[in-house]
Amino acid sequence: MPITMTGATTKKLLSGNEAVALGAYHAGIMVATAYPGTPSTEILENLAKYDDLNAEWATNEKVAMEIGIGAAYAGRRTLVSMKHVGLNVAADPFMAVAITGTNAGLVIVSADDPGIHSSQDEQDNRHYAPFAKVPMIEPSDSQEAYDLMAYAFTISEEFDTPVIFRLTTRIAHSNSLTEVTGKRIVPTDRVGFKHNTQKYVMLPVNARYRRPFVEDRLVKLAAYTETFPFNKITWGDKKLGIITSGVSYQYAREVFPTASFLKLGMTHPLPRKMIREFCKGVDRAIVIEELDPFLQENILAMGIKVTGKEFIPGIGELNTKIVRDAAYKAGLVADKPRANAISETPPSLPARPPLLCPGCPHSGVFYTLNILGKRSRLSDKSKEPDVIVTGDIGCYTLAAYPPLLGMDTTDCMGASIGTALGMEKAGVGRKIVAFIGDSTFLHSGITGLVDAVYNNSHITVIILDNSTTAMTGHQEHPGTGMSARNKEAPSVDNKQIVRGIGVKDVKVIDAFDLKALRSTLKSAIDNEELSVVIVRGDCPTKTRARSIPMAIDSEACTSCGTCLKIGCPAIQKVNDQIVIESTLCIGDVCAVCQQICPQHAIEPVKSAAKG
Amino acid sequence: MKTVKKQDILMTGVGGQGTILASDILGEAALLAGYDIKKTDTLGMAQRGGSVISHIRIGDHVYAPLIAEGDVDILIAFEKLEAIRWCTYLRTGGIAIINNLAMPPLSVGLGTSKYPDDKEILAVFKKITNHVYFVDGTSRAQQLGDARTLNTLMMGCISTFLPIDIPIWKEAIAHRIPAKIREINFRAFDEGREALAHVNIG
Repeated sequence: MPITMTGATTKKLLSGNEAVALGAYHAGIMVATAYPGTPSTEILENLAKYDDLNAEWATNEKVAMEIGIGAAYAGRRTLVSMKHVGLNVAADPFMAVAITGTNAGLVIVSADDPGIHSSQDEQDNRHYAPFAKVPMIEPSDSQEAYDLMAYAFTISEEFDTPVIFRLTTRIAHSNSLTEVTGKRIVPTDRVGFKHNTQKYVMLPVNARYRRPFVEDRLVKLAAYTETFPFNKITWGDKKLGIITSGVSYQYAREVFPTASFLKLGMTHPLPRKMIREFCKGVDRAIVIEELDPFLQENILAMGIKVTGKEFIPGIGELNTKIVRDAAYKAGLVADKPRANAISETPPSLPARPPLLCPGCPHSGVFYTLNILGKRSRLSDKSKEPDVIVTGDIGCYTLAAYPPLLGMDTTDCMGASIGTALGMEKAGVGRKIVAFIGDSTFLHSGITGLVDAVYNNSHITVIILDNSTTAMTGHQEHPGTGMSARNKEAPSVDNKQIVRGIGVKDVKVIDAFDLKALRSTLKSAIDNEELSVVIVRGDCPTKTRARSIPMAIDSEACTSCGTCLKIGCPAIQKVNDQIVIESTLCIGDVCAVCQQICPQHAIEPVKSAAKG
Repeated sequence: MKTVKKQDILMTGVGGQGTILASDILGEAALLAGYDIKKTDTLGMAQRGGSVISHIRIGDHVYAPLIAEGDVDILIAFEKLEAIRWCTYLRTGGIAIINNLAMPPLSVGLGTSKYPDDKEILAVFKKITNHVYFVDGTSRAQQLGDARTLNTLMMGCISTFLPIDIPIWKEAIAHRIPAKIREINFRAFDEGREALAHVNIG
């Protein structure tokens, strides 16, 4: 970790996620739990480096939240982290702990993804705070992420409430200088669980008793937020006042260097007095915020006339240019933004979508299904394919792109199986195959499969088991046999789960054996029964396994293009000649291209040279 | 904190080329040199093979982590298509350092799109600036014996334009690169500096 000494403190270049982890560590957490999800993943990864706390990957966000609740009830400061959509999964226990309150501090990191860099939606999780009636903290850089974590735990304990710590991609994944002023202190004054039925047993009678407490807590928090040191007015030019929070503050500061600012570090409940004072003190008040008009609508509801979303886009990530252009159009800045040297990139530049990696164990199965299910019809849109594919969340979602064309639906974690069942009930009339990864299956696929057995479904479920949570950067999960700390752990066997649920037709095959893939998939598709195929093959980006790369014998090759249909990035067509880029090919541990080449023109480099 | 002219650097490439490690090294060098810095990597869903972009901002005080389009002082591209894709970010008269490497995306192989030729790329950049430097980074790294040193080589190129002393760069490289491959990376860094001593100015 980069370190320079400036006086007594240590200055580090930390990402928001690293700062959150370090802040929570110094705040004395003893339990950290999470399910991986961009952009939140690195928080738990960083906490797993410490030996003096329990840092674990949970099966899913709901379980993570429940572990967090139990740990906080039992008196240990706890951090639960997840991406925005993870909080949907965890919403049930989250709403429950919002009413019971905690004991020791419970801080929930929600990492939102404006711009949808790596998610299925762009929901603004700030709405969860008023919905659950809990406080919400929003840092605007790594320094604040570090500093605010200590406050978040104190607030949680003082007001007996879970606290939402809301990040966005550009906070979580930006590095900025952070003065690390604290050191780890583990509070012990709340340790131990004390029986308290009225607080912890949410029978209706107790929940009704508890209900006014939640309202009373909000009133107290509303008073506290007026004094919260990270809600701050900086008077500048009083012609224009800007109310902002999070990363939006940084863009606003660049565009309006002289304006007055009300910067909010706590965005629920809002400091209403401070907002009134600020708006009275300026000629015109505007709100600059990413995504929904969350601050703006709440301020409008106070009867204060503010604008913001009239000119600041509500869709996508903001940046300085967007704010600058919007400010000019709204007449807030006099100078016309300087035009770029060129305003547009040349048309028709080839896109470079993310692809399945060379040697990916998913490529062969999607290639095979493409042929068996006549999925290539999708490329000329002539006719619907024979097989419908419901997809899920993971690297394999990338098989949606040409040439694999392997996906008809992708909704949310675990949805592939339920969606397939629904299509079947609707009488769609074609074979339906649901694809789900090993980590996603454990996360939320199992219940769908239980339903499939119970309600006599005939779909095929393909579990793509690469023994890791690949998309988010190779995290362990309950099936990998390793813990978050990289120690050996008991391994949950997906085959036994599938059998235990009652699926009769279960097969396990090697992801790189195309012959076996073809015959197994064919029989599964033809089978009128519910079937599950577990396709096992290691993720090459994780194992970094490499062998002698493949090469194309240019004399034998007829440029028929069959190998290009795998979608392997190592196989490229340069000047009408198909070549395998040897630095990208992982070699005969994969050999999918070798197995499908009709001319037998592909062989490992050395033997090709001999021939 | 030292006073320095603002430097907004956009680093672009293809997933797997080592751009993120390069941006980490640059960030650390700026930190060691005593500047304020913000750095953010826009990965999207990039596993290998997708576009990767890093924004690195150095100055006395940096607010926004993202560089505004049209404000980039130095564009350093590890691949030619990923240079032209982000050309609108470069300010008039800015510097473009482009690795002379084409990695055609799959759609080019499938015949559904066309890779821009060098003339086209150069013509576009000429409209923006006279400071376009093509560097044979990949072949130089291969000659050194390890193509993966491309990222430190490109850092050598950019170092010729930044107010950061060479020993600081080497310290930053040493922090980020394992000991057994450190020496070859130092050589790659020097090679990068050398490459711009004989620039092929477009």
